[in-house]
Amino acid sequence: MSGTLTSTPRNMEHIISVTVENKFGVLSRVAGLFSGRGFNIESLSVAPTLDPSMSQMTLVTSGDDRIIEQIVKQLNKLIDVIKVVDLNETEFVARETALIKVHTKDDDRAEALRIVDIFRANVIDSSPSTYTIEVSGDPRKIEAIINLLQPLGIKELVRTGRVAVAREPIRPAVAQAKKAARE
Amino acid sequence: MKLTGAEIFIECLKREGVKTVFALPGGVVLKIFDMLHQQKDIEVVLTRHEQGAGHMAEGYAKATGKAGVCLVTSGPGMTNVITALADAYMDSVPVVCFSGQVPTSLIGNDAFQEADNIGLSRPCTKYNFLVKDVNDLARTIKEAFYIATTGRPGPVLVDIPKDVSQNQAEFVYPTSVSIRGYNPTYEGNKWQIKQAAEAIAKAKKPVLYVGGGVVFSGASQELLELAELTQIPVDMTLMGLGVFPGEHPLSLGMLGMHGTYCANMAIHYSDLVIAVGARFDDRVTGKVSEFCPHAKVIHIDIDPTSIRKNIHVDIPIVGDCKAVLRELNQILRATVNGDQKELRKPWWEQIHQWQKTHPLTYHQEQDGPIKPQHVVKRLYELTKDRDPIVSTDVGQHQMWAAQYFKLAKPNRWLTSGGLGTMGFGFPAAMGAQAAFRDRLVLCIAGDGSVQMNMQEMATAVVSKLPVKIIVLNNRFHGMVRQWQDLFYNGRYASSYLGGTPDFVKLAEAYGAVGLRAENLADLDGVLKAALETDGPVIVDVPTYPYENCYPMIPAGGCNHEMILEDPPELKKKQTGVGKAVPEDKDTVLTA
Repeated sequence: MSGTLTSTPRNMEHIISVTVENKFGVLSRVAGLFSGRGFNIESLSVAPTLDPSMSQMTLVTSGDDRIIEQIVKQLNKLIDVIKVVDLNETEFVARETALIKVHTKDDDRAEALRIVDIFRANVIDSSPSTYTIEVSGDPRKIEAIINLLQPLGIKELVRTGRVAVAREPIRPAVAQAKKAARE
Repeated sequence: MKLTGAEIFIECLKREGVKTVFALPGGVVLKIFDMLHQQKDIEVVLTRHEQGAGHMAEGYAKATGKAGVCLVTSGPGMTNVITALADAYMDSVPVVCFSGQVPTSLIGNDAFQEADNIGLSRPCTKYNFLVKDVNDLARTIKEAFYIATTGRPGPVLVDIPKDVSQNQAEFVYPTSVSIRGYNPTYEGNKWQIKQAAEAIAKAKKPVLYVGGGVVFSGASQELLELAELTQIPVDMTLMGLGVFPGEHPLSLGMLGMHGTYCANMAIHYSDLVIAVGARFDDRVTGKVSEFCPHAKVIHIDIDPTSIRKNIHVDIPIVGDCKAVLRELNQILRATVNGDQKELRKPWWEQIHQWQKTHPLTYHQEQDGPIKPQHVVKRLYELTKDRDPIVSTDVGQHQMWAAQYFKLAKPNRWLTSGGLGTMGFGFPAAMGAQAAFRDRLVLCIAGDGSVQMNMQEMATAVVSKLPVKIIVLNNRFHGMVRQWQDLFYNGRYASSYLGGTPDFVKLAEAYGAVGLRAENLADLDGVLKAALETDGPVIVDVPTYPYENCYPMIPAGGCNHEMILEDPPELKKKQTGVGKAVPEDKDTVLTA
């Protein structure tokens, strides 16, 4: 799912991609910055990059333009932060994964599988009375499947928080062709 | 050759040019102290409390422009120095603090005198390091000094576990530092600087608003050139005092909550604010939404986060004040034409009008109690030829010192601005004195705040740091009392200090000299006697206890709406001096 997320322009949700040194204490510096300055932090995911000396954080936060500007500047000021990109300034794709353990009584098992099918989710574990479902996608999609599974009874729910990456520009040749077509 | 961690520590400090370490020992740093004891190049000033060590390092740094160094032990040693680190962080003071830590094998075990030094200091340092391997020690110390002194300066902590100071490693001191996430911008954007020059040329009522960033950048010459070239008046922040000569005709003095009338009026009615190395603190802006409502704002600062944090900026310039001002002056020298004095005449006429109608003022009766402002004024007049370094604590006396002690040069003013740390002044003065043994170092203090680090008098005596403390003794936490008089109906909740000690005897108890000016006739003589004394001195000056500090912008008020004198109901109340003092009689001093 790409692009700008719907929200009021004053207090918009922003996804910020932060490349940091992969050393101990960096997460607490970033988290401490947000708590110390009263910034929102909706979700945060961290993992090493291809270069194991660095980690990639994806931060979901919200605020008006001035707050977001401060967040980006303050993150940049941290010595362990190597690069900060506010993905809202470009087109981007974002995904979140959820693991949902649902109660499945005899007649519910088929219903659960139907929902899994519709959402292109997977059943990754099964017991006589539960399915564990893995689903990945836009946060709205995750919300939707949770809503549908809720009547069956959700035993446990774990979400990763979002990860996001900027979209590459469309190939110049294609862009040119489009431009020519317009003219 | 292999060296122990403690030896590496000393070699690194020598290579960084460190001459003095303010320190207090403890179990896990004994190896380091043992090595310090066996060398001659670095002086150890043994403090009586770690907070003192931290503030001394700050005073040293502010007076020299180089990093101040302190060394403390783990646990309580670390927690005690936190206040000084937080103070240094708020005021961007380059301090490198070394803390001892329990051996790496015990970290996390709740060992004796263990504390999470990294976690404790994280929000009040620019950066901090835990050295887990002696092989990393030299590089870490190099990086610590580099981070503390470059970009926007600040305190850096290096946490050294006991075993790291004992283990051995090959000593190699790196010649350069490269940190991929840390690349401060020094040169300002040329296009933006050109925009700034154009805005200055167009402005009719410009004001320079300069702060501590200009001091650390060493840009006072460039500032002087800019102001004189363009005839723009200069407002200084509390941290910026001394960066522009206080007696210069272009200086309007300090702005902000207790700034001069004309400094605040000038910035409020200006059409262009040129902020240099200042951060639009709430004590300067007052009510943000009505701060300089008619002005365009140019903001020059090395820290991008300072820009547009509190107020809207039209021309932001990220860079070192010195480099940016130099570039700006170059453009202005070529473009400024015509008589700037003539051009600015209407603006200066207005400013002179403000200066004339509401100058800084106080009333000293010849046979009345001594007014605190008068003490500062006399001290200034008696010492200004000696180019003194002046430190203060925090409160009314600090504001009076800022108003009446007109410093001519930078790096002479040691005060706690951002954090507002009472107890800062005396140890900071000692730190400066340790750097400049032959200079005159004055500490203007209040009777409340000086007691917060009084124990360091022992350090001053033993380490021969002849600081002169002038205590403006009003038997109150004066600024608290002032707020209570103005905003809390005169209820003196915990602001009256009944048991104030006899400072003369206190000084003598430490082996220092104590003097007292009982009345106005004695004042000059006592101050002169203090200045002529070789060792540390406390001068106790009992002052009128109900004197209030004006002008004053109430918190959240507008800069052009200052309280200029006591409201009538307050004046009436004060006619019976001493009557409002609570029952608890001050046995040592009388008003």
